[in-house]
This record gives sequence, structure tokens and C-alpha cells, in this order.
Amino acid sequence: MTADTFALHFLNGVTFGALLFLLASGFTLIFGLMRITNLCHGGLYLVGGYIGFSLLVFTGNFWLALVGAGLAIAALGLVVERTLLRQVRGQTDPEVLLTLGLAFVLGDLALAIWGGDPLTIRTPGVLRESVSLFGLTYPVFRLFVVLVGVGIAAVLWYLMHHTRLGAVIRAGVDDREMVDAMGIDIQRLFNRVFAFGAFLAGLAGLLGGAFLALYPGADWEILLLAIVVVIIGGPGSLVGAVVGSLTVGLIDAFAKALVPDLLYFTLFAPMVLILAWRPYGLLGRAS
Amino acid sequence: MRAAALARHIPAPLQLGLLAAALVLAIALPYLTSSFYVSVATQILFFGLLAMSIDLLGGYTGLMPLGHAGVLGISAYTMGYLVSRLRWGWVEAAGVALALTVLVSLLFGFLAVRTRGIFFVMITMAEGMLVWGLAYRWASVTGAENGIRGIARPAFATLYWQYYYFALVVFLLCALALWLLVRSPFGLTLRGIRESESRMRTLGYNVTLHKLLAFTISGFFAGVAGLLYAWYNQYISPSSVHISASTEGLLMVVLGGAGTLLGPVLGAAVIVAVKNLLSMYVARWPTVLGLIFIVVVLFAKDGLVGLGRRGWAAWQQRQQRPVSAAAPGAYPMAVDEERAATGS
Amino acid sequence: MGRWRTWAAVAGILALVAACAPPGAPGSGAGQQAAGPIKAGVLASLTGVSAASGQDMVNGWNLYWKLNGATVAGRQLQTLVEDDASEPNTGLTKARQFVEQQQVDFIVGPLLANIGYAVADYVKTTGTPTFFPIVAADDLTQRARVDNVIKVAGWGSSQVTHVQGDWAYDQGYRRVLTICADYAFGHEVCGGFVRAFTARGGQILTQLWFPLNTPDFGSYLAQIPGANPDAVFVLTVGADSVRFVKQWAEFGLKDRVPLLATETMLDQSVLRSMGPEAEGLISLGHWAEGRPARETQDMVDAYLREYNQLPSYYAAAMFAAAGWIAKAIERLNGNISDRKAFLDAVRRTEVSGPFGQQKLDDYGAPILNVYVRQVERRPDGRLWNVPIKTYENVSQFWTFGADKFLKQPLYSREFQGTPEQLRALGLQP
Repeated sequence: MTADTFALHFLNGVTFGALLFLLASGFTLIFGLMRITNLCHGGLYLVGGYIGFSLLVFTGNFWLALVGAGLAIAALGLVVERTLLRQVRGQTDPEVLLTLGLAFVLGDLALAIWGGDPLTIRTPGVLRESVSLFGLTYPVFRLFVVLVGVGIAAVLWYLMHHTRLGAVIRAGVDDREMVDAMGIDIQRLFNRVFAFGAFLAGLAGLLGGAFLALYPGADWEILLLAIVVVIIGGPGSLVGAVVGSLTVGLIDAFAKALVPDLLYFTLFAPMVLILAWRPYGLLGRAS
Repeated sequence: MRAAALARHIPAPLQLGLLAAALVLAIALPYLTSSFYVSVATQILFFGLLAMSIDLLGGYTGLMPLGHAGVLGISAYTMGYLVSRLRWGWVEAAGVALALTVLVSLLFGFLAVRTRGIFFVMITMAEGMLVWGLAYRWASVTGAENGIRGIARPAFATLYWQYYYFALVVFLLCALALWLLVRSPFGLTLRGIRESESRMRTLGYNVTLHKLLAFTISGFFAGVAGLLYAWYNQYISPSSVHISASTEGLLMVVLGGAGTLLGPVLGAAVIVAVKNLLSMYVARWPTVLGLIFIVVVLFAKDGLVGLGRRGWAAWQQRQQRPVSAAAPGAYPMAVDEERAATGS
Repeated sequence: MGRWRTWAAVAGILALVAACAPPGAPGSGAGQQAAGPIKAGVLASLTGVSAASGQDMVNGWNLYWKLNGATVAGRQLQTLVEDDASEPNTGLTKARQFVEQQQVDFIVGPLLANIGYAVADYVKTTGTPTFFPIVAADDLTQRARVDNVIKVAGWGSSQVTHVQGDWAYDQGYRRVLTICADYAFGHEVCGGFVRAFTARGGQILTQLWFPLNTPDFGSYLAQIPGANPDAVFVLTVGADSVRFVKQWAEFGLKDRVPLLATETMLDQSVLRSMGPEAEGLISLGHWAEGRPARETQDMVDAYLREYNQLPSYYAAAMFAAAGWIAKAIERLNGNISDRKAFLDAVRRTEVSGPFGQQKLDDYGAPILNVYVRQVERRPDGRLWNVPIKTYENVSQFWTFGADKFLKQPLYSREFQGTPEQLRALGLQP
């Protein structure tokens, strides 16, 4: 492997990891606080992408579509949490089954509404270009996704460490009873956090639509990768999500080139081992 | 009140009578209907067996696996490879396939039973995807996307009705074994673990060992289902071991009623029938599937079996003087109170 | 003891019952009388990963009967559509349903090769006439022929790329790198190119294989500059095509490295989703919606009016197959209860449809036109493939001849038909 090829693989891993981070950060937030494996997170991602696609067609404005997709999915998340998930709060298996059922419905409705043709999101002018980077040609859009990822990570970090909401969430991840004892309306907190996680999924959907295209089945493909990210990083951990995303992105990029036959094995085997020995992730803390 | 207690509402002779009627119907089926319906019934048999194996873990032990199609896949692929590529006889191939499935289940179980609740769901899902990943990418053995074709059935079961009877006998033997198992002291211990792991531990039971055994035994029956599956289609491909196949098995359990043996078979019958017979009229099949999940979780947590029992209880009540009202079935799968992760 | 005796009795009864066969074997009930409607079972992927192309198939089939009336030789034609969910086991179940429950006169479809093989294995046991306009798997009309399975208006995976190997050499390319989807269709398409290209003396530098549904092709594209090839041969299907063409342009390769694109990569089914990044790309295919001939443009215009889209090869092939089958049924005056006669009539029919002149060879595969196609923008803004050169009467065996060709194994990841591989098998390159 030449230095150029290595650098390209590395860049690919980092940029793909940044996209995964957008999805995984919402997933890990929900998982960490509410202990819900939100299996319809991929469905929210896909529907977000499709809604963003339609918004882009109608308004012609990429940024409007980006925000619109996020907000639409946040609203959907609010409704889902309030009407469905709240009914089975605290019960592991019903929560898993419910989100699983939702995932099927979302994926199929998306197919019914938007059809099965793969759709791509047209990015605005400058993002469509390529730049020369140390002699390598590289798409600007991918670097933009990294930028968004860094931005979201910074916002999340600020929220978690410098706001009251963040303090409560962190307390909730570590010790549920304490939050209850503090007299905080945990229902409302859950509702908001779920909606915020959904918002991030909607954003990721539009960017993912530009990065990877939207098509039936994209929801499951990206969800499985996001779950690997969350497990490796440790559920509920922001730093873990960053590290996990980069790890999975890089494994994906290099495994494709070096051990193509074992591509999925290299992703799922570490996940199994980490779950068995360190279920709170490489960086997570056990309670 | 638990599902098992509710069962007493239906008197044993009636239960036996219904069972006998079902058995007679099952035996007579090929004489009553066309080959297509017999094929559908054959599918119900092996999917029912898979659902029962999932239920042994999910319903009886309180550990819900989300990767059992992968376990099924290990035996289906192994047998398929040995029969189709290496031209082995069916007995040897089935034996090796089951042995390997049990071994892998032991390994998967060893990794998985260290965790609980949501983490158990995730780790079994990852294990299932591991099998899928190999099926999908290890082309020289699994044929990747193309799968393995031409998996010959045992010589005495090549015709559709012969194969149906073969599957029926295997199914009945497995069902009997599972029935004996869940009523044995071992089965009672599993249910004890489902109710309260800490209490069982205090009572001196080796909880982890019991879970591991349950996982392995469940794997064995999923493996048998895998053999029947591969012979039925004479074909196996990665989509059969994908997570969506695992979730369909789980749906059968939940729909029929977890924590019973009859429930998963009923669930399998409904799902297979809807999928095969109604698909021409139901264009949006995944939506139907998803809605069934949601409705069952929200409104019928003990599934069809629970509905039947409650219906029976209500009917009894109207017949006789009012007795104690049947309690709505508690969700029989794991509702672990602490919802913490690791098993110490 | 008593319990065991009961079980032994049950087992004994079961064995006895099993000993006498129930009536009716699969397929025995088929064969409608000449008066009732003709039942066609269309098997397509309407959900799952191939949902869009599956819908195109149904659209193309329906359009033919809409334009020509759903009656053939005085008999009504009834279409039953089933969704195989892009999944072989479901596809098998649906095929069983067509044959055993609906008792269709023939099956048309499916879309995916693995479903095609599974269905072919099944209909082999029932004798149901089965037509594969979409499934290209080589061996279905080569080494693993099934008598009642015919590629009506279909094609072979390597049929088009044999021509492409030859054409690429004519363009002056000598060192080529291949990037193909890692499954049977990919192996066969790529093998066709490698076989014909190396037979002329071309050299294959590296062969990269990616799994279907690869989100990010960056890792593969990254390996191209180092290899410094004259051109890159690529096979993708479905959403992979959209991503690949986009990323090919984004990584700045479109202006630097000639791309030898394949039929499915720029088929209308995915070209619809592409933009400027696809304009000007050249591929080879047996379908070219921009072919000026009237029989093509009539179909394209009708399809555009009906569905507000240009037809993909999935739609066009089903349309052409409908016409082909109708012609054969008319020759038999609507009496297709004799399956052998029906299959023979289909085999002997020659058509001049949207694909140009086509007929079947002795192996049930079409002899067809291959077009060198360039992506151009129509006045209405849509992209389409316009032929710039036509190879007529191309056989699935290219110029190698059936006997010689069938001695070599099916193209696979291990066997791509290079001279070294052929020699190692004791065959003449």
C-alpha cells in the first residue's frame, strides 16, 4: 500500500465515520439515558432523508431541506415517544419489539410513498466540487460532513457539560433513581431526548442521502453500523460515539481493501467480544 | 398471575381432546387438500419449531434472542454444504450439522449469557449478523449471494407429502422433548430465573450454567428446524439468516404467546399463512408485519394463547357464578427490574 | 410402559398413512382448457432491495397488454402478480403458489439471478413453461439448461461483455483494471469482458470485488491511481450504480480515466437518479432506449406517456416478452395446453421489437443486438442511452462457438477466462 492509497483509505474512513457519528450520537443518547435500543432509528434516518429530498425538490434550498428534515423527524419522534413508547416504559422486550415493528412500518411506508428508485440529494454548488489535498483529489462534500460531525459533537458536548439539561441527562445515565429523587419530570426529559435523537437521525438522513443515496434497505444497513459504533464506544458516551464512529469507519475502509472476504466479520466480531466483556464499551463506565 | 396458572382454566380433558383433533387433522391433511397447502403446512412445522426454540430462551428463561435465524443458518448451511458439495449422506450430514450447531450455540451462549436485558438482545443480534456476514461473504463455502442449491432430501422423503410426514414426525418428537423439558425440574428452574435471577442465585442455583444450557438446547432445536428448512427449499441463502428472518421468528413467538409451547406454533401458523395465502391481497406485507408487532405489544402481551385463555375464562364466568376475574396476563418475557446490564 | 406403547402406536399409524400416497402431485392439475382465460404468473420483486426495478417489470408487462388488448387468439389473458420480496425463499414459495394453487399456464420473471436459479430448479420438476426476460445467469441456457426455462427477450450475463472486451481492445486500451460486484452476476459479466479482452491480447492488471450494497466506494477508487490503468471496467447494479457514478466523478476520475461501464450501471432504472456526473459515459448493452428505430421509440413514447418515465431494460424486456409470447400463442390459435408444443412455438418465434431483431438459439438464449451506448441529455432534460455503434446477431457464445465455449467452466471469481486459466484447464485460449 503506497502512502497515497493509505492516506485515501484513511480519509475515507474518517469521513464515513463522521456520517456514522451523526446517526450514532442520537442513538447513543437515547440508549444511554432511556436504555431503549431504538431499532427504528434507521427508519427515522431513511424517512428523514426522503422528507429532505422532497423539501429540496419543492424549495430548491439545501439548507432549508437539511433543517426541515431534522425538524420533521424530531416531530415524528415526539409523537412516537408520547403515543407508543411511553406505554411500555421500562420493559426491555416490549420496547425492542415496538421499535422493531415501527422500523418495518417506516421502511415500507417510505417505499410506498417515494418508490424504490435510489434517490440522491443534490448538494449546492461548492459542496459538489473536489479539492486537491496533498496531491489527492477529494470530494468537498465529504469534508463538509466531517465539519458537521465536529460541529454536532461540539454542540452536544456543550449541552451535556454546560447546561442544566445536560447535567440532568448525565445524572440520568449514571443513576436513574437520583434523577427521580431530584423531582425532575423524567417523562418530559425522555420525550425531549428522544425527539432530539430523532432530530439528529433526520439530519443524518439528508446528509446520508447525499453521501450514499436513499433506497429501500438503507435503513437497516446504516442502523447495524450505528449499533456497532455505539457498542464499541459505550452506550450513552459522547466521546465513545466519536471514537466508535472513527473506529468503525476506519475498519470499514481498510477491511474492504485488505480482507474483503471478512468485511462483516471484522465489524461484528469485535462487537460480540466487547459486549461480552465490556458491555459499557471500551470507554464507558460500569454503573 | 402467570400464564401457567391461567392454563388451569381450560380443563385437561378438553386440552387433550383439542390436541388429538389437531393431530388427526395434521395426519389427514395431505388427503384433504392440494399439494400447495401441504407445503404451507410443512413450513408451519419448521417455523413453529424455530419459534419454540426461541421461546425456550425468550419465554421460559427471560432472555430474548434476536439472532436465532443465524443459529438455524449454521445447521442449514453445514448440512447444505456437506450434502450438495461433498455429496455426503443425509444422516452423516445432519449429524455433523447438528453437532456443529450445538458447539457454536455453546460458544454463542458462553458469550451471551454473561449479559442481560437489552445487552443480551444486542449480543445475540451481533452473533446472528456474524453468521449472516460469513454466509454473505465467504463465497467458497456458502456460495455468497447465490446460496447453496440442490440440497437433496433424504431418499424416502423426496415427494411433497412424504416430506410433510417426515417433518411432522420430527416436529412431534421435538415438541414432545420440549414439553418434557419445560415440565422437568430444569424447566422450572429456568422459569425461576425468569422471575427473579437474584432469588434463584440466593437459593443456590448456578444461574449462569442454567442459562448456558438453555441457550445450547435452544440452539439444538433451532438447528433441527434449520435442517427441515434447508431440505424443504433444497436451497439456503443469506437472506434466510438475516436479522429480518430472526425478527420474524420472534414475531411468531410474541404473536402466539411467549412462555407457552403452543403459542409459538400458533404464531408460526398465522404468520406463514398470512404470508403465503394473503400476499396477493396484502401488497404492503412489511407494514402488516410491523403493525402486528405494535398491536401485540400494546394490546395483547400474552399473544393468541393469552387471548384464548382470557376468552375461555370470560366464557366460564358467564356460564357459572362469577369467580375471580382472570388477571390480564403479565408480559411473560423478561421485565428485569433493575435493567442493569452485566451479570456480575 | 403404557405411554410408550401409545407412542409406538401413533408412530405405526403415521408410517402406515405415509405408505399410501395421497392423490395429486404438484403441477398435475395444470393445463387449462382452450376456452378459459390464459393465466400468466408474473414474479417480480416489489419490496426489498430491488423494488424499483421489479415495479418497472410489472409496468412493462402491463403496458403491452394495455396497448394491444388483453386478449390473444380470442382468449383472455389474465395476469397474476406476486412479490418475491427480493428473496429466494419467498420467490420459491410464490412460484409454488403459481403452479400448485393458481395453476398458471406459464411463469414470467423473476428479477434476481439467485431467485431465477431457485425457481428453475423447482419448475424443472413440474414442467411449467417459464420465461426469464430479466435473469441473465449464463448457466440457465448453457451448462445447467432446464428444458422448460427459456430466456424470452432476455440476455446472458457475459453475452454483452464479450463484445465489450473486443470493443475495448479496438479503442486501444491494453491494460485494464476491473471493479465488479462480488456475486454470480458480477463474476459472469466481468468474466465475459476478461475472456474476450485477454483473447485479443489485452492485460488485466487487478480485479477488485466489492460486496453488493457497498455504501462507500472510496476504498476501491483509491486503488486506481496507483495501478495506472488505460481504462477501468466496472459492474454495479441498483443503488450501487448511483453511488459509484457519483463517487467516480467526485474523486476526479471522470476526466482522467476512461470508464468501461456496463449495462446495469447506466440502465434507465438508475440513470433516472443520476445527474451531470453520468453525461457522456459510454457503456455496452442489449437495450438502448435512445435507439431511433420506430419499434423502439413507439414503446418508449407509450411508456413515457403512461408512467412519466423512460423505460428501463426491466420494463422493456417484459414488454418485449409479452409480445413474443403473444405471437407464439397466436401461432397455436390459443391452444397452449400441450406444453411441449407451446415451448416449441415460443422457441421458433422471431421478433422485431424494441430491442431490434431477436431470435432464440438452440439453448433457449436469444441472439440479439448489442449497442455501444452513450449517455445523452434529451431536450426534455432526461438522460438516456443513445447507440453510437451496433453489433448485430450476437450469440451468447460470442465468436468462440458453442462446443468450445461450453468446455470452459462457468465464469466465477476463480475462473475469469484469462489465457493462463484456460491453459491450466487444458483448453485453448
